[in-house]
Amino acid sequence: MIRGLFNFPTLSVRGPFEELELMKRQMERLSDELTGGFYKSAAGVFPLINVAEDKDAYHVSAELPGLLGGDLDISTTANTLTISGERKIPSEGENVKYHRREREAGKFSRVIGLPGQINTEKVEANCIDGILKVTLPKHESTKPRQIPVR
Amino acid sequence: MIDTESKNLQVREKKEMTNPTEHTKPGFVFNPAVDILEKGEEIILLADMPGVKAKDLFIDLRDNVLTIEGGIETSEETGKVNILREYNVGKYYRKFSISEVIDQSKIDAQLKNGVLRLKLPKVEKAAPRKITVKTA
Repeated sequence: MIRGLFNFPTLSVRGPFEELELMKRQMERLSDELTGGFYKSAAGVFPLINVAEDKDAYHVSAELPGLLGGDLDISTTANTLTISGERKIPSEGENVKYHRREREAGKFSRVIGLPGQINTEKVEANCIDGILKVTLPKHESTKPRQIPVR
Repeated sequence: MIDTESKNLQVREKKEMTNPTEHTKPGFVFNPAVDILEKGEEIILLADMPGVKAKDLFIDLRDNVLTIEGGIETSEETGKVNILREYNVGKYYRKFSISEVIDQSKIDAQLKNGVLRLKLPKVEKAAPRKITVKTA
């Protein structure tokens, strides 16, 4: 019983309500995950992506700050999309003192399996303000088709 | 300082602010990743803020506190169904306290491809004055 009292996680408690606030956020996150609001990256491969679909196409987006279209290599097969490239952070020259360095540079490559066949001829990609958007039109066979009932 | 052999990029989840000041609009608030470096008489701050447009960027420096805020336009497109969501979109917010005296009039900010480059020139130090003590 006494042990239990001291087994509280020792979080840095700055205010009396901060720990409560933290718990609240954790609970919110958990419920979000359970309801499918936000999935943890299952793949664990850079970059993180969001995939959405409408009746005509799949839409893949990724946050790639500082990258231009030329730094990216995008290829597709009938039902996969590959995004690869390299993020370069230009050198700031000699005699530079770093106080903080949180941004990272490096190579990446990710293959994304799509739930259906796509029309590889008509894939479009653009990279604006550091956000890559790829539109992959669905193949005729995967598009929903209305069947009239006679 | 160039990394000659480029390593593979690892996944890093966006850092959500743990104790944001309360915002009137609901939504996510993230801490952008930053590099801060000193180059001669300048302090340079680089921040990754993908999706932020120049008109939605707000930079403020007062009482030695630098505030960077980047708004995001979230346009909910109708007819789209999410299949996979690995990241969330929200505004960026970060505050720094700066110990140097900055020349406010020469601050320069550039936003390019989702990366902010902020130049904060230090105030030129007053040239040391030598005071000769006269002896009577």
